[in-house]
Formats: sequence, C-alpha cells, structure tokens
Amino acid sequence: MADDNRQLLAVKGIKKSFSNNHVLKGIDLEVNAGEVHVLLGENGAGKSTLIKILTGAYEKDAGEVYWENQLVSINNPVDSMKLGIATIYQELNVIPQLKVYENIFLGRELKTGGKNSLLDHKSMREKAKEYLSMLGQDPDLADAELSELGMGQQQLVEIAKALTLDAKLLIMDEPTSSLSGSEVEQLYSTVESLTEKGMAIVFISHRLEEIKRIGDRITILRDGFKIETLPVKTTSTDHWIELMVGRSLDEKYPKQNFQLGKEGFRVENLKVKGSPHTLNFHVNHGEIVGFSGLVGAGRTELARAIFAADPNDGGKIFVEGKEVKIRSPRDAINAGIAFITEDRKSEGLLLDQPLDFNMALANMKGFQSKKTKLINLQRIKEVAKSYIRELQVRPSNIELNARKLSGGNQQKVVIAKWLETKAKVFIFDEPTRGIDVGAKVEVYRLMNQLVEQGAIVLMISSDLPEILGMCDRIIVMSEGEITANLDRTEATQENIMKAATGG
Amino acid sequence: MSKAMVNETQAKTEIVEKKKNMRYYLDKFGAVIGLVVLSAILTFLSDRFLTLNNVMNIARQSSINALLGLGMLLPILTAGIDLSVGSILAISIMVMGVVVVNMGVPPILGILVCLAVGALFGWLNGIMLTKLRLPHPFISTLGTMNIARGLALIITAAAPIAGFPYLIQYLGREFVGPIPVSFVLVIVMYVIFHIFLTRTQTGRYIYAIGGNKEAAHLSGINVNRVLVIVYSISGFMAALAGLVMVGRVNSAFPLAGLSYELDAIAAVIIGGASFFGGVGTVWGTLIGAMIIAVLRNGLNLLNVSADFQMTVIGFVIIAAVYVDVLRQRRSKKD
Repeated sequence: MADDNRQLLAVKGIKKSFSNNHVLKGIDLEVNAGEVHVLLGENGAGKSTLIKILTGAYEKDAGEVYWENQLVSINNPVDSMKLGIATIYQELNVIPQLKVYENIFLGRELKTGGKNSLLDHKSMREKAKEYLSMLGQDPDLADAELSELGMGQQQLVEIAKALTLDAKLLIMDEPTSSLSGSEVEQLYSTVESLTEKGMAIVFISHRLEEIKRIGDRITILRDGFKIETLPVKTTSTDHWIELMVGRSLDEKYPKQNFQLGKEGFRVENLKVKGSPHTLNFHVNHGEIVGFSGLVGAGRTELARAIFAADPNDGGKIFVEGKEVKIRSPRDAINAGIAFITEDRKSEGLLLDQPLDFNMALANMKGFQSKKTKLINLQRIKEVAKSYIRELQVRPSNIELNARKLSGGNQQKVVIAKWLETKAKVFIFDEPTRGIDVGAKVEVYRLMNQLVEQGAIVLMISSDLPEILGMCDRIIVMSEGEITANLDRTEATQENIMKAATGG
Repeated sequence: MSKAMVNETQAKTEIVEKKKNMRYYLDKFGAVIGLVVLSAILTFLSDRFLTLNNVMNIARQSSINALLGLGMLLPILTAGIDLSVGSILAISIMVMGVVVVNMGVPPILGILVCLAVGALFGWLNGIMLTKLRLPHPFISTLGTMNIARGLALIITAAAPIAGFPYLIQYLGREFVGPIPVSFVLVIVMYVIFHIFLTRTQTGRYIYAIGGNKEAAHLSGINVNRVLVIVYSISGFMAALAGLVMVGRVNSAFPLAGLSYELDAIAAVIIGGASFFGGVGTVWGTLIGAMIIAVLRNGLNLLNVSADFQMTVIGFVIIAAVYVDVLRQRRSKKD
C-alpha cells in the first residue's frame, strides 16, 4: 500500500472525450515521491491524453487531481508548472540555435533587477553549470550551442530545465526511444539519482526490459481505463502484456493464413542516401511482411527510398519479377507501389479539402476525359462514395473536409487514395498509430483482403504485438541495417528486440 | 417524452438547422453580400452611382486589377505570393512599345511579344523558386520586382512610348455595345481559369500543393513543375493586364503598374482565399476586385480624397480577413 505521507500525486476518475471519441473513461493513478512509476498501455490506451491533462494541455471532463493530498485544479500549463510538474516529450522542446544555458532558462530568464531589467547571463551560466554537474555532466557544456549536442545530452538539458523549476514530478514520454545504447545507460543513472533525491518520475515506455530495469510500480491502461497498478519487481512481463491487451491476440489481430505464392516484390542492394548499408529483401504473394525495429532504425527511410520520396544511392527494385526504374513518387505509383505514410496529417491528407478530392489525388489522370482532358467531377464523387461504403468511413459525407474526421477514418481516406491507384504493392508505415482499437481491426482486415486479392503487403510498425499478431515474416532493422529475417513461427518479442538493439 | 416536448425539440433542431444554413450561405457568399451592401449604401449616398454609365465605368476600372488578381490567385493558392506583377506589367508593355512603335513590328506580333515577356519573367520566378531553391517566393518575386522595374526604366532611359496602333489599343479602349471590351476579356479569362482550376489535373494539383505540399509530392505530383506553371501564368496575366492599360492611356511608361501587386493581393484576400494556400476561388477574387473598384469609384463620387481612399481600403482588407479568421475559429469549434 502506498504510504500517504509519500504520496505526491493522486488522480481519481479522470474522464476525457473528443467529440464522440471517449479517450479516458475513468483513470486513477497514484504516484509517490521518489518512485519511478511506469505507464504501460498500447497506442490509444490513453497514456498521452492523461499526460496532457496533468500538464494542463487538455482540460479534463471529469475527475479529481490531488497534489500532496490537496485537491488542485490544473487548467493550463502554468498551473501544472507551478505545482512542480515537468515533462520531457519525445520531441524535445529545445532551440538548437541557442546555448545550453539559454535553453535551460528559456522563458524564465534571470534578470539583473526587476521585470524590465537586462538579462543576467552570468548568473544563468553559473546556475546552469551547477545543474549540469548535478546531472553528472561537464559544467562547461553550459556554453555550448545546443545543436552541437547529441540527443542524449539534449534530453539532459531538458532535465536540467525541470530542475530549475524545482519540479517534484518529472514525466518522461518514451525518453529512450531516440537514444543510443550508451545514452540510454546515462539516462538510467540520471533517473536513479533523481529519485534518490526524492523526485517522482512517471515513465512511459513500451520496452518491457527497460521497465523491469528501472521501474518501481507499473500502472497498466487499456482502452481509456486503468486496469491495475502492480509492483514491477514481483510481477512478470507476461502478466503485464495480458493486462495490456485484455483479450486474446486472435480477436485483436484477425490474422488469416493464405497459400504462400511466388515472389512479387524484391529490393536489391538499395542504399538509402547517406547510409553505408545495402538493403536486400523480397516479399511473396500470400504473406504480410513486417518491418520491426526501434524508432530511427531506418525503416521509414527505406520506404521513402523505395518510393523515391527522398533520393537514394542506387539499387534495384522489382515488381512482379520486372525491374522498375523509380526516380520520383510518380514513377513509383506508375510501377504499382503505394506508400501509406506514417504521418497522415502532414504527409497523407489535404486536411482542408473534401474527402472525394483526397481520394482522387494520386490518380487524377484516371478521372480525365479522353477527349477534353477535363476531370469528371461526378465520377470522382461516385468513386469516393463507393470507397466510403466499402471502407465504412464515418461520417460518410464526401464533401466534408478531411480535418473533421477521427484518426481512424482519416486513415481509411488515405487507404482509399492508394486503392484508387490500383497499386500492386502496399507499404504501410505505422498504419494504426493513434487510431482506436476498432479501426485498427478494420485496417488489419483490409490488409488481409489485399493479400487475398493478390497484392503485396509490407507493414512497418513499432508496435510489437501488432507485428507478431499480423505478420507472416518479420524483418528487423537496426541502425540502417537489416539484422534479422524471422519467420512467424520463430519470432518472439525477445529475439525481435535483440535484433532491433543490434545485440 | 410528451408530444409537446417532441414538437419543441423539433422546433429547436429546425432553428439550429436554419442557423446552420444561414451560416453556410454567409460563408459561401459573404463577399457577394459585402459587395451588395456596399453598392446599396453608395446608391443611397449618391444618385450618380447606380447609372449604366457609372456601372460600366466601374467594370472598366476594375479590369486591370481583376486580371492581375486572377493571376495572383494561383501563387496564393499554392501558399505563395507574386510581388513582381506590377513590374512585369511595365517591362512587358515597354518591350512591346519598343518593338511596335520604335521598330515597326506588326501589332499582332507585338501583342504576342508582350505576353511572352510576361510569361518569361513569371517562368524565371518559378525557376528561381524551384531550381535555385530560394526559400520563399516572397524573395524571388521581390527580386524580380526590382529587376523588371529597373529594366523597364533602362530600356528607353525612362521615356514613355506613345502612339500604339489601334489593334493594340482595342482591348483597353473599345466597347461592345455599352460593355467595355476589357471587361468582356475579364469575364472570358475568369471562366477559363474557373475551368482550369476546377476541372484540369494541373488546376487540382495547385489546390493540392497549397493544401499540403508533402502529401502532394507523395501522391505523385511534380510539385516543382506545377509551381513553375503557376508563376508563368501569373506573369502572363500581368502582361495581359498591361495590354489593357496601354489601350486605356495610349502609352507605355516605365512606372506603369507601380505597386499594383498590392491591390491584386488585396482582391484575392478580400475574395476569401487563404494566405496559407489551398483555399480560394476565381469568383471570390472577381468579387474582391469589384469591391475595391466600387469603393474607389464611390469614394470618388463622394469627393473623398485619394489619401482617404487608401485608408478605407486598408480597413476593408483587415475587416475581410478578420471575418475569415472568425469564421475559421467557429468552424474549428463545430
């Protein structure tokens, strides 16, 4: 049981919805001073929404927040900061052109006198040095320009920022996802020294080994509910996964097995621009091939190189046994390749254009009249309507702008765009990121359908259960290189992670 | 639920629906309503405003800006801008003046030269943006604005050129019945651009690039090619506006079209196009150009000085965009 004297934060019955999408349906969480409290849950379980409520980015719909046993209200980021909550996001909030000490004091600069006086660079520099040595860093780093630092050190600058705020609770959102091996070790020891000083840490991670290594307690979330809080040391990772997934993998991943056919897609000696490694793989008909690896392992870069979204340093690509020359995304589309990008909003959709336009975008030529070369708007509407029926896009109004749809429905619109190109090879990059469980299953079913109809399907995913649940073969990448090619029957979380970390 | 309550909720939803409909029409025809209200006020204030003669006057006065605005719409739809149209107008007509008046080239060829020079400078804008990869069209077209203006001055050592043949003056000077030819040209160009933007592949790509350049690129669109076309068309339209101008004043002078780009941008923006790209229609731009022309004309009729006119137009630009901001904020809430 939690000792009430040590209890720093308690949230009770937090609820939050966005229009009709209930993201948090009643979350409880208790965090004690001096502990590392891990939040575990699948994408869409509600972790980041909960964090955003604690940091004041979102307002909760219902529930209570207690801080040091006092009921408090967090209405904006300043409230949260004043309580002593600091957050380190996956995307660091640093300004590369400024010096380290300037970053540490950004927005809370020390002045020589009153509010309108000049900046006190000397004190800022000295204080920054103090905090840096507290974090086991060279104090002279204070004068370095931030852009000269590696990711790990940049993260430490953010931690130093939290220290200047006298933060009592530090939230870290997948802090190790973009760090190298030695940087990760450095971070673990920093976390240990911080908790020794009594700071509480809420740690979000998908890496089970990491959680075992540094966690004290773990709270598992699923579909917007808190499932359970457990001590890390005395419970098994298998038990966590069970709680996290909540049902058998079969229902969640509607895997269908098809007859393995002949090779339909091959990549030979492809070099991603600036990478020393050559990449080789093939995909057969009847199988879904997954690409696993840590963030930054080079999977998206590989997909972009295939699609010529970025220039590559040579290599051959074969579709259905025939070599295709790809110098631009248009060439790739003409060769029958579709690339469903990782980031729907910034790379997939025209957010302020209607659904039918979005769906027709990659195949405008197909809607041209042969004689006049004018586009048949009526046919675009009809085709869009049929995709909306087929993929069950909600709401079904084709004149609605894409922005108005939920993540899952936006993803369906992007998929419709690529179906309309009549592609033979579908590269899905994190196809279910940020979409709800129901929509995920629909995406998986669609992949099955594509394979059944004779398409080649590749899926890049950082979601291990998804990779294990849906793929027949798993190619693992690490630091730009393919490090494993595992059959479904031999793949486990452990050997994938081992290959992903280059071990 | 009792029957009365059912009726009540029904009535409520009807009101909500009506409000939504009203909003819809306000959103869609906001600029038109603005133009109508403005005209009504001016009709009330001056009995000379709503006469056939004056309306045709407005049509004629608006035509140069309407053509420049139509060209300007394209860069703005791609989230860009073209600051060089006023200068391109000047260099195009000066070159035409030199070849036609000074060198005696046939007028029809002169017209083609004029349009080609405009398109060429526009093309250069596009090349600088896409091949030299200048970071923003504000910069490339700012450069061209100065280069083209300078060349327009150099070419005749700043002297104006007069005495153009009738064929060249035709567009800016003649009438079809009561309607100025320049306004007929405006309507024809707007219809062509409407079809171009809504019904051709390149036209749709322009919206796609403005909406999301990266998504457009990954959907197989040759973004650079489309951008070069966009700026070439904008330059071409500047030269076309120049032809109308030469007809109007029967001369070409190097400072012609000075700061006209600003009125063209104003027409596009008042017409509801988004500065962030992807949103805007030719009809909105036409209404925008008409609002500016009606304002100028009306204020003239009311003997308001040119200085005041500028101030008023400034306020109209800000008001029009503010209404747009309010509308977008509201639509995000829905």
